[in-house]
Amino acid sequence: MTVPVTIRLQKEDFDVAREVAALSRGRTDIGAVVSFSGICRSDKADGEGDAIAALVLEHYPGMAEEEIARHAEEAVSRWPITGLTVIHRFGRIAPGDNIVLVVTASAHREAAFHAAEFLMDYLKTRAPFWKREEGSSGSSWVDAHDRDDTAAARWAKS
Amino acid sequence: MKVLYFAWVRERVGKAEEALDPPPAVATVADLIAWLSQRGDEYAYAFEKPKVIRAAIDRMHVNQDTAIAGAREVAFFPPMTGG
Repeated sequence: MTVPVTIRLQKEDFDVAREVAALSRGRTDIGAVVSFSGICRSDKADGEGDAIAALVLEHYPGMAEEEIARHAEEAVSRWPITGLTVIHRFGRIAPGDNIVLVVTASAHREAAFHAAEFLMDYLKTRAPFWKREEGSSGSSWVDAHDRDDTAAARWAKS
Repeated sequence: MKVLYFAWVRERVGKAEEALDPPPAVATVADLIAWLSQRGDEYAYAFEKPKVIRAAIDRMHVNQDTAIAGAREVAFFPPMTGG
């Protein structure tokens, strides 16, 4: 059976409950659904200075979709998941608003947990998106974290 | 070839994309970075720490020792911070 994979890049917000329901609606083979939502915080990534007014996400159109699709395909090949949704927003995002959503479905929980974590770790380090923080004293690009590379590296196949 | 810049690389270069025709001696991604750095102060600033720069050829991540022969689209950008 072909695993249904939905990948969307969009400016607009998304509804987590609606996306979860859409993945499992009408199916009786799914025993586990895991969802991860990444949400915009108001504190700066480096912990210094005033709260941010917004994050602005730039992306590489075309490559972003293709890169996410490559990792979705890998997740499907590595774990027995039976459905997958990835939504990543771009543009201006205010604190408290959604940035990213990963939903994975499987017969049992283990595959859904692992695939969701794998996808998020790779979205952080390989999907071509860049965050800029807008604040009262101007704007600055967010630095990449070594801890995200470390998190992604544990999924590398030996 | 089309060369694209993103995030602070784009800001420093001052443009999002351009069409370039580097000489044949420019063989790899690293060579292209070195060649671009000679094109003006804005490029020298964008590529002042070449090891930090990530690259993609035809929308696939590549290392800087990758050959650029036949590339239609080469992109340069900082480490990614999505998710």
